[in-house]
Amino acid sequence: MGSNTPHTPATPDSAPRRDFLILTAQAMGAVGAGALIWPFIDSMNPSADVLALSSTEVDIGAIAEGQEIKVMWRGKPVFIRHRTAKNIEEAKAVNVAELRHPETDDVRVKKGKEQWPVMVGVCTHLGCIPIGSGGGEYDGWFCPCHGSHYDSSGRIRKGPAPTNLVVPPYEFVSDTKVKIG
Amino acid sequence: MAHAPQEEKPGVIGWIDYRLPLKPFTDLLYDFPAPRNLNYFWNFGSLAGIMLVSQILTGLFLAMHYAASTSLAFDSVEHIMRNVNYGWLIRYMHAVGASMFFIVVFIHIFRGLYYGSYKRPRELLWFLGVAILLLMMATAFMGYVLPWGQMSFWGATVITNLFSAFPLVGESIVNWLWGGFSVDNPTLNRFFALHFLMPFVLVGVVLLHLMALHQHGSNNPTGIDVKGPQDQIPFHPYYTAKDFFGFGAFFLIFAAFVFFAPNYLGHADNYIPADPLVTPPHIVPEWYFLPFYAILRAITFDIALWVIGAAILGLALVLRYSDVVRAVLGTKGVLGAVASFLPKKACGWTCIGTLLGVGTLLLLVGFGGVVIESKLAGVLAMFGSILILLALPWLDTSPVRSSNYRPIYRVFFWVFAVNAVILGYAGSQTADWGILLSYCAGASCETKHVMGLLIESAWMEKHFIDISISLISTIYYFAHFLVVLPIVGRIEKPLPLPESISASVLAKHTTAHH
Amino acid sequence: MKSSIRLFCVALMVTASPVLAAGNKETPKQMDWSFDGVFGRVDKPSVQRGFQVYREVCSACHALKRVSFRQLEAVGFSEAEIKSLAASYTVKDGPNDDGEMFERPGRPSDAYPSPHANANAARAANNGAYPPDQSLIIKARHDGANYVYSLLTGYGQTAPEHLSVPEGAHYNPYMDGQIIKMAGPLVEEGVTYQDGTKATIDQQAKDVVNFLQWAAEPEMEERKSMGIKVMIFLSIMTGFFYLVKKRVWSDLH
Repeated sequence: MGSNTPHTPATPDSAPRRDFLILTAQAMGAVGAGALIWPFIDSMNPSADVLALSSTEVDIGAIAEGQEIKVMWRGKPVFIRHRTAKNIEEAKAVNVAELRHPETDDVRVKKGKEQWPVMVGVCTHLGCIPIGSGGGEYDGWFCPCHGSHYDSSGRIRKGPAPTNLVVPPYEFVSDTKVKIG
Repeated sequence: MAHAPQEEKPGVIGWIDYRLPLKPFTDLLYDFPAPRNLNYFWNFGSLAGIMLVSQILTGLFLAMHYAASTSLAFDSVEHIMRNVNYGWLIRYMHAVGASMFFIVVFIHIFRGLYYGSYKRPRELLWFLGVAILLLMMATAFMGYVLPWGQMSFWGATVITNLFSAFPLVGESIVNWLWGGFSVDNPTLNRFFALHFLMPFVLVGVVLLHLMALHQHGSNNPTGIDVKGPQDQIPFHPYYTAKDFFGFGAFFLIFAAFVFFAPNYLGHADNYIPADPLVTPPHIVPEWYFLPFYAILRAITFDIALWVIGAAILGLALVLRYSDVVRAVLGTKGVLGAVASFLPKKACGWTCIGTLLGVGTLLLLVGFGGVVIESKLAGVLAMFGSILILLALPWLDTSPVRSSNYRPIYRVFFWVFAVNAVILGYAGSQTADWGILLSYCAGASCETKHVMGLLIESAWMEKHFIDISISLISTIYYFAHFLVVLPIVGRIEKPLPLPESISASVLAKHTTAHH
Repeated sequence: MKSSIRLFCVALMVTASPVLAAGNKETPKQMDWSFDGVFGRVDKPSVQRGFQVYREVCSACHALKRVSFRQLEAVGFSEAEIKSLAASYTVKDGPNDDGEMFERPGRPSDAYPSPHANANAARAANNGAYPPDQSLIIKARHDGANYVYSLLTGYGQTAPEHLSVPEGAHYNPYMDGQIIKMAGPLVEEGVTYQDGTKATIDQQAKDVVNFLQWAAEPEMEERKSMGIKVMIFLSIMTGFFYLVKKRVWSDLH
């Protein structure tokens, strides 16, 4: 071998077969690498114990009419309000079609327990915690950050928030106990 | 404003290269000319690289869930194993990966020893490699403490306690290391911080290692230099293809351990939460530390300073009359080789004077009872066993690199390898294993059990050391570097070297075809 | 200088068998377990029976704090069964709004309640001996499954003459040092299995080992089945990489 140039690979004489082989090998390598990455990404998802974190039971017997409490559930505040009959009337009377996020009052509370709205106390605009106990112009909650007004059913009436306050899954285990989550 | 490209080349690569030099990186891996005859032992460098990446990746994702506090650490690791999605997979990859990393690096080092890759002009490449080994060992040691099992705690206690061997400052050093008066929460916390940091220091040293390699290119199985382009092939696609194949084969072995025997290389005791009040019956480090552990424990005796003093006086005598000694030893064989290390002319009085002074001082101090305590001696021997690798380029006197052409040295190489395995085994056994000759007196004769001879003699028991397999292997380990390498290089008659790399490749092919 | 030579040749030291190295105990009986090997699987009915043995016999002294009730779904219990099982235990929780700790019925997300508040309490209740938590015992002992099985079935033998068994302790050749503080926990028909299997000591030991193996490594089945897929994929991929390597190198003379 007396050539003076470093040996470069010969021009492919069986090009299609060579390409198939290399292509398959590369494809397998890519698939393998992708399959390897997934467990790492998934490991950052909530772990089994976090997912299993169950419910909070709340005693509501002591909440007087017109008052509300704030409890922690999955790291977020949840409002439980004892609405007056007047609140309920006003909430039902609203023309749903005019709402930014149309929802009737019925779907947001439990039947027979309309005086107990339960909702996640995080403003749907940018995440601040609204001020309650009849705050704002609609007798519900008022978010001081950018001026969103929610009514006593937790629906957005005025201000920049796009949707109504989130209603978490909950049930009444008794007349004075609510289980959230 | 140095060396900026004159004009911007087309395409994305061109846009980047005009602004940030890509050529060094492409040179390193893509176009780099490599010898055409590298065998599969040359795959282990890239394997080590991929293991470093794997350890950093798995370690990072473990760190997202791990809590470095004595009350939480063990539980957090079990949380990873049981609750975190694929946590068990990432944890086992990291634990098994450490072992894989060391297997690969040890084979890589032994390749260097066999083929003389440490010789000129690659001495600095070799030094960087030793630095990488030391960093790996420190990282692995601290990492093993993090799960806070029984072995984690007690291994850390035993090894950090060694630093108390240093005279005067030993105690303070240990308390400084611990951040307290024993291995506890401060120790665990700082080990976590350092364990996270060191791999990135490692990456830096690896880059330097690759740059040093770049200077003169890879060594090759013949050990002779590349003579021209006909001896070389571009790294891509030849060695990229070969490396990918190597990755595949290696991952098969890695996966076999991770999925089917993930705890085989570990120790059951580390699944017991650390208890400072209960010492495990048998404290053992991870397998990759065993040879060094054996060396550490082999020095069971104090080293009297007067012995060193007498040796230095003896050396002074030899150097004063080195011409006479040379004449006596002659020029042939082993004795001739030893003679060749002595200076031709007798050493001057400054040189002799210093040696006489130091020797006498040590002699007097030694007779006064000053010794190097066995604990310190063991520590010095253990670190010495790694640091002696740095002297290798100068200890090996052979003009020939590759052991393929060194019939005598080749035998010693394998003896060294077997000796290393023996040291490893010795490290796994209890401290009283493998004693071949010992002395006892009276009551101690009832309790002492040895593998070989036990001689009853009160005087001998007081003054003589136990001869154990570990001690013989340790002495042989150092003798390989300090005695065998220099002498064999001088007296060996190497096999005739091929004319060039391409010539040797051709020769192989023609013999194969016949 | 008088000296006499006495030869103490302990050839067994060379092999350093675990018998002599680790404080004198017999090698555990080697059993065939369903979870052994590359294709190992969890024997779910046995694990359920073993859980019953654990609940009724072992949990009086031994904790299992790393296992949560919800994890039992993996061995065949239904969600409803787990809910009622958890609720049958009381668990400490709190502080409540008055600042006090209180007790409540267990939930699936709770860990298995420990019989003792902490290790010191456990020691105090057991004459200074600590009954280890069982969540990891199979991994925390060399050859764990065979060891636990042999230990549980190793009671009732007569101690050799040279070994003196102190008051309150028992002879068991499989224990480190051959003396164990724990009394033989299993008795013939000590448990009534819900599936009607005869509860011999041997059967209970096997079942509880299966349960403890699952408790120590709940991921085992997923790990091994993933392993088989990975090995097959890697073998094929490496095969392709080898062919590519050969082809790339084929054009060098």
